[in-house]
Amino acid sequence: MTLTPDDIWVMLVGSLVNVSCGLLGCYLVLRRLSLLGDAISHAILPGLVVAFMLSGSRAIVPMFIGAMIVGLLTAFLSQTIHRIAKVPEDASMGVVFTSLFALGVILINNVARDVDLDPGCVLYGLIEYVPFDMQMHFGIEAPRAAWLLAIVMVAVIVFIALLYKELKIVSFDAQLACTLGISATIVHYLLMAMVAATTVAAFESVGSILVVAMLITPGATAHLLTDRLGRMLVIAAVHGILSAVFGTALAIYWNTSVAGMMSVVAGGQFGLALILAPRYGLVSKWVHRTLLTLRIVREDVLALLYRWHESFGERGLSGVELVRAIGGGVTSRLAVIGLRRLKLVRIGAEGLKLTPAGMERARTLVRSHRLWEAYLAKHFNLPLDHLHEPAERVEHFVTPSMRARIAEHVGDADIDPHGKRIPPS
Amino acid sequence: MDYNTGVVLIGTCLLGIAAGVIGSFAVLRRRALMGDALAHAALPGICVAFLIIGERHFAGFLLGALVSGSLGVGIVTLLRHSTRIKEDAAIGIVLSVFFGGGIVLSSTIQHMPGGNRSGLDTYIFGKTAAMVRQDVMIIGGVCVFILAVSMLLYKEFKALSFDREYASAQGLPVLALDFAMMTLLVLVTVAGLPAVGVVLMAAMLIIPGAAARFWTDRLHWMLMIAAFIGALTGLFGTMMSARYAGLPAGPIIVLVGASMFVASMLFAPRRGIVARVLSRRRLEVRTMRQNLLRTMYELAEPDPAAKPPVTPVELTSRRAWSVVQARRALERAQAAGMVESVDGMRYRFTEAGLEEAVCVVRTHRLWEVFLIEEAHVAADHVDRDADSIEHVLGAEEVRHLERRLVEMGRWPKEAPLPPPSPHGWANGGDAT
Repeated sequence: MTLTPDDIWVMLVGSLVNVSCGLLGCYLVLRRLSLLGDAISHAILPGLVVAFMLSGSRAIVPMFIGAMIVGLLTAFLSQTIHRIAKVPEDASMGVVFTSLFALGVILINNVARDVDLDPGCVLYGLIEYVPFDMQMHFGIEAPRAAWLLAIVMVAVIVFIALLYKELKIVSFDAQLACTLGISATIVHYLLMAMVAATTVAAFESVGSILVVAMLITPGATAHLLTDRLGRMLVIAAVHGILSAVFGTALAIYWNTSVAGMMSVVAGGQFGLALILAPRYGLVSKWVHRTLLTLRIVREDVLALLYRWHESFGERGLSGVELVRAIGGGVTSRLAVIGLRRLKLVRIGAEGLKLTPAGMERARTLVRSHRLWEAYLAKHFNLPLDHLHEPAERVEHFVTPSMRARIAEHVGDADIDPHGKRIPPS
Repeated sequence: MDYNTGVVLIGTCLLGIAAGVIGSFAVLRRRALMGDALAHAALPGICVAFLIIGERHFAGFLLGALVSGSLGVGIVTLLRHSTRIKEDAAIGIVLSVFFGGGIVLSSTIQHMPGGNRSGLDTYIFGKTAAMVRQDVMIIGGVCVFILAVSMLLYKEFKALSFDREYASAQGLPVLALDFAMMTLLVLVTVAGLPAVGVVLMAAMLIIPGAAARFWTDRLHWMLMIAAFIGALTGLFGTMMSARYAGLPAGPIIVLVGASMFVASMLFAPRRGIVARVLSRRRLEVRTMRQNLLRTMYELAEPDPAAKPPVTPVELTSRRAWSVVQARRALERAQAAGMVESVDGMRYRFTEAGLEEAVCVVRTHRLWEVFLIEEAHVAADHVDRDADSIEHVLGAEEVRHLERRLVEMGRWPKEAPLPPPSPHGWANGGDAT
């Protein structure tokens, strides 16, 4: 597959759209307003048509104004119907944007038939035709859409740069913003106005569905990958560019819709992040949980061996008894293998036994367990048969300093509530 | 009316009923936009079904839509439960990415030989007028099925909609019910897509339920009203679209629904905006009159009947009113026959006014004494607290309060006039 210059223009235009949308989308995702972005991108349709009717042309400025007014109106109406009429927020949004969209479709059918504002283009755009409409500025010939979207992207970046602090505070803590004298309402509506403006600019090239994909997916992907707002913005922008480049390439390869392919690629990147993200990904979560489970089972085996040693002295623990106490299966087997590798237990002739190092670790664990039981019995008056369970859970997470403080709280008792000796530290 | 219009009328009407009923549950469960996501997520399934079957086949499309719709809903659930992605973003991602996938597939299909016969584009925008008898039969079947299931599982769906935890504690199979409800949603979505299209299908689901919610607090009434609104919307929309050229049926149906929503929002009894504004206004008027009467009474104590008439200016010394507000309160009370003007400037109680004033002051002081005795509120704080509640205490509560305080010996038995204020005016207790 070879790329023609036209394809490069398509990629560029897609990147401009995606970066603008992705940057704004970070704030939508953080503020849980994603669906308002969806609603606005559908609802601005009547604004466009009315602007077209009033100005009689597809000039850019009236279109922008029309879209911004209707975009703000959508945000305002959804909020107002939710607040005043006590309609659930999602339902009020649903009513508002579908009604405005329906109005837009009817207006298009009646007044704007002869312009290329047809409903199909509204949903999935015609980015493929972008290179057919070139314009010359500053000695460079580029598609009209590229010029427009470049301006929009610069505007979005300037907007974020100027209001970086305000947007950040409002996104994370609207109450704090209020006490600092930042009007959350004004910032909210400014953001909505920017979303509407970006949407309208993106509309004719990629359509409203891709706008929704590019508003939400990059921000959500970035949210999975980082906790810092600055990095999140960068990741979202990169995500947008990658979606545009690979989406275009794949669409050309399979001879299919570019806008649709871009959103599929965006979704694919999100899926990758979802699975592989270092902290919040499914794999890393699963690994963490499994490692934790293994550690807990290992410690349970150690504690079991300690108690066994208390009762039966030098006799080793047989495999059958281990399975009866801890349960069989892969985890307990892995636990024993791990313990042997760490040289905490050894398998002698008469079964599993603690090594001296293992004895040390096990004593600390049992000490945590019994101290906690003593603490619960003393300070919470729990009955005897309610002590073991919580202590069994807590023993794995007690640090040395906590242990010292608990010991202090129970007056350095050396007998636990069940009459067993609490091992000394 | 010709035969075709009749067919379309019946179809949209049945679709309205089905979508209204199942959409009501979605609205109640705060899942209104899930329907939107479903409608979008169904598209790739429909396309895949077409690729496999090779022609337009309703059952195949339904199965495809069901699979990809369920997949979409499953992903939303997964994202919400096990990642830091919030529900709104999850819905947005599923909706747009699945729809993008659908566009990719349908665009591929259009390029295939014979692909333009697929009619897939009607699934995106809807073509109500193209409905034929067979479509109506399918919609009718779906409608009957949805009504039957909703009736059979009424109790279960009800428990699920209002309190999922409770339903689960009752031993109901919540997951299975969730899935059943979602399947019904997919069913009506797939049946409705060719008629109204993806975006407007969401409206068919949300609007009737949201509008019906204004009229009632009872679920069975809400379902019936939603079905009625849905049917009416379909009928009116189709008729308007048949009557006037240039009004495509799908959008006009949605707009008719939207106007019904607005009408319900404004004019529904009790929950409507007009009713709520009126009732608040009534409460404000009553509060103002009661405040006026009590202030006049307190100015005139200990012998309210013998007190010389008051001027508006005197009232402002006891209340946070401007002279204008005080005058307006007096004029209103005069119109209600509670006070009378002596010489256009000064006012005094009428007999009815004095009676009501005694009543208001009694309530106020009963509550104050109650707060001091029972809630141990400091004497100089009770006035304000009493102020906020005295206007809404019912006669039954007042009698109960009095009986109780009389038993405690803190209230004179059968006194014709209320005893003096428990906090007095000297120690900073300003009457606001």
